[in-house]
Amino acid sequence: MNTATAQEYLIAVALVLVAASATAAALARDPVRQAVLLAVLGLCLTVLFTLLQAPDVALSQLAVGTAVTPLLILLTVRKVRRATASHHDRDKRGPEGTDES
Amino acid sequence: MTVLPFLTAGWIFLAGVYGMVTSRDIVHAVGCLAVAQSSTYVLLLTVGYRRGGIAPYFTDTPLRTRTVDPVVQALALTDVVVGATVTALLLALAIQIRKRHGTVDPDALTGLRG
Amino acid sequence: MSRSARIRLFWAAAVVFAVVYTLACTGLPHFGTTVHPYGSRAVAASLRQRTANVVSSINFDQRALDTLGEESILFASVLGTTALLRHARDERVGRPRAGRVLPSTRLLGLVMVPLTLLTGVYIVAHGQLSPGGGFQGGVILATGLHMVYVAADYLVLKRIRPLGVLDVADACGAGAFVALGFAGLIAGAAFLQNVLPLGTFGEISSGGLVPLLNAAVGIEVGSGIIVLLASFLDQAVEVRSETDSGSGERT
Repeated sequence: MNTATAQEYLIAVALVLVAASATAAALARDPVRQAVLLAVLGLCLTVLFTLLQAPDVALSQLAVGTAVTPLLILLTVRKVRRATASHHDRDKRGPEGTDES
Repeated sequence: MTVLPFLTAGWIFLAGVYGMVTSRDIVHAVGCLAVAQSSTYVLLLTVGYRRGGIAPYFTDTPLRTRTVDPVVQALALTDVVVGATVTALLLALAIQIRKRHGTVDPDALTGLRG
Repeated sequence: MSRSARIRLFWAAAVVFAVVYTLACTGLPHFGTTVHPYGSRAVAASLRQRTANVVSSINFDQRALDTLGEESILFASVLGTTALLRHARDERVGRPRAGRVLPSTRLLGLVMVPLTLLTGVYIVAHGQLSPGGGFQGGVILATGLHMVYVAADYLVLKRIRPLGVLDVADACGAGAFVALGFAGLIAGAAFLQNVLPLGTFGEISSGGLVPLLNAAVGIEVGSGIIVLLASFLDQAVEVRSETDSGSGERT
């Protein structure tokens, strides 16, 4: 088996990993879980891009996909959840007006 | 192995769109959009792959070495970084929606409200 | 549209997409094909321009106008996000508590933060030679700085992060790209044409305009992502809204 064929087998394995982690990330219902799975997807994509001889893209995918995007999602969830929590507190305390459905 | 990599890109795209369509949380929908977006990188880079080619850098390799296609790499590279900032913009919109409408469920956002 | 109708529409569209896409894929040159006419010409052009990293040569020399479009999108998104997440009148700012960090984590951060920042600068500066460039190096610089948040706490991160300067740096990076483009016009060539001396192949000063544009993009991406993360951290950690109940004083 020559190196080119061996590399193509590795690429096939990386593609399966990417497809599996992408499906898992899309099907995860909880945004926090999804952020973690997106980081895993970013890591799998980095491996795939390195195998496809694209170190430039792998480098930016590593920094963006595993750090920046999941962090942004986690921070947004934290902001949105905390707001929801105080919303429920107010609902329990009294009827001081929530008119949205 | 001749079309399998391209079909994988299509599968990732459909998975991301399915997540967005069935989403009950805007933040979750933005994450699914990021998944759908990553399919374009997979498609671009697999189209540009050349059997036996090396990465397109000539710092310490002979100038006549066979390389993979650098054009698609240049396209994907800028898009990875720019895509992250666009994701940030969408998440900022999600925070604003939560602030003004009190919900992040897209189905609960019925009419346009100021 | 109701939820079930939307999902039915998706499945119908997905089936059509899957069939048409598969047909289109079978018509493509097969995976790993050796014929890449555009790629081969790009490699030849890059060697003519004495840029060892072909991807950088494409991004910042052969298709620099494309990159100007991309970095404008980046600049516009940073601008939009900071505008959307600015403090509203009805929000008050809470004071975040100082966090407790294990001494080992603190030590690791003390070692890793300078190393990561140095790596980021190296990757921006060597974009014309080895894998790297303004986009990747900028992101590494931005994430490296946020290791301070892990190793110390939010207050320390806030103190060492000159947001006002970074706002200006972001705009300057975006402006410098355009200004460097005008250098070509002044020299009597086209906008963003590589008119600087090309240097020796494989040296850090090679590639003419490429290292300068890399530096401009590196500054823009680095400061842009720090500003982005700052507005999100600010919203998530500090801001407490009066209208968090989602009703009432809606404006």
